[in-house]
Amino acid sequence: MKNKSLISINDYTPDELLKIINLAEEFEKNPIQDILKGKVIATLFFEPSTRTRLSFESAVNRLGGRIIGFTDASSSSVKKGESLRDTIKTVSNYCDLIVMRHPLDGSARFASEVANVPVINAGDGANQHPTQCLLDLYSIKKTQGTLENLNISLVGDLKYGRTVHSLLMAMSNFNPTFNFISPNELKIPDEYKLFLDNKGIKYYEHTDFSDIISRADIIYMTRIQKERFSDPIEYEKVKNSYVLHNDMLKNTKNNLKILHPLPRVNEISEDVDKNEKAYYFTQALNGVYTRQAIISSILGLK
Amino acid sequence: MTDKTILSVTAIKEGTVIDHIPAKSLFKVISILELDKLNAQMTFGTNFISKKLGRKALIKISNKFFKDEEIDKIALVAPEAKLNIIKDYQVVEKREVEVPDTITGIVKCMNPNCVTNNENVITRFNVISKKEVALKCCYCEKITDQEHLKII
Repeated sequence: MKNKSLISINDYTPDELLKIINLAEEFEKNPIQDILKGKVIATLFFEPSTRTRLSFESAVNRLGGRIIGFTDASSSSVKKGESLRDTIKTVSNYCDLIVMRHPLDGSARFASEVANVPVINAGDGANQHPTQCLLDLYSIKKTQGTLENLNISLVGDLKYGRTVHSLLMAMSNFNPTFNFISPNELKIPDEYKLFLDNKGIKYYEHTDFSDIISRADIIYMTRIQKERFSDPIEYEKVKNSYVLHNDMLKNTKNNLKILHPLPRVNEISEDVDKNEKAYYFTQALNGVYTRQAIISSILGLK
Repeated sequence: MTDKTILSVTAIKEGTVIDHIPAKSLFKVISILELDKLNAQMTFGTNFISKKLGRKALIKISNKFFKDEEIDKIALVAPEAKLNIIKDYQVVEKREVEVPDTITGIVKCMNPNCVTNNENVITRFNVISKKEVALKCCYCEKITDQEHLKII
């Protein structure tokens, strides 16, 4: 994995996914090390994403590395009309690794072809966000003790949610059972169902957010965005139907954990936060360890 | 009928005849094969009546022999095309075209938010289905299907 860019979750084999997860576990035990001393990491955020950027920067800082970069395109040469190719070519002279967030789909793959240092995709438009996926996997492994044979309920926007699609692809290596719970307008796209059919993985689709979660080991919640609906009346009808409340968790399994990529708006009611099954804030912390694992693995330090 | 139409265009001594191109795709084939940049003697014929295609076009190019990977690209717009390789006025080889496994350039990605439609990037696709052509963009990972396939 040394010098290999991480652009899409499909770039990693199941063994490589597990290697990152195991490394993340090591970093969780020992998060402050000096292994990035003398290394410069560029964080190029062509669109703002405070949470992802801070998580990466925290990961680097705790390992003794230094950060250069920008936090949105308006403070970079992009504003002067520089092409992405030129920006990446230039910046790759200044650093050992590029972490990039960009609004265009496929921009990260392109950057990895142009750069002479490895690139980590921190989100390319609606396409991929592989470090989020790896931290989701780490959170699942950590809370369930395994990735194998789990029952996973995915709730909310399953059509546009890229975290859902990446998680589905990555978990499909480990024989899961999926329950897809979403309004009709935001159902999981056919290409993913076809993918699961080909792999022989069981999945069920529901429009009711109901008892089905009583069998879940993991509930993965996502935000339903108003702008995704062609008909605003449809949105009004469904907006409160996919909200998780504490009383819905009564009959759920003891090992159940609730995940959410954050930010949350109202899809998890705040009374869930105190429930020990709520895991989304710890999940965000896991992001730091996971990113430490990814960076040090790509730089060949672990 | 077909024989007569071919004869109505001058025979060539050495080279390649591409037959059974749908008439509407002739100029796309010319552009894909970059024939406009080729310094060879060529004949283009179009709107010949064909039982199979309705109206077909054909191209004769003197002293030009294509590599498989060059010629297979035209399968995207002329899947029924047939190649006749001519040596000394005789057809020495016939072959059909097959959609290749990867397509570089030629096709536009149908995703408007793809980097290839916004920066100066040459498109690249993996062919995931050849019969009903479906191309997966190597950049944005979205699928461009037959219906939305546009030649650059």
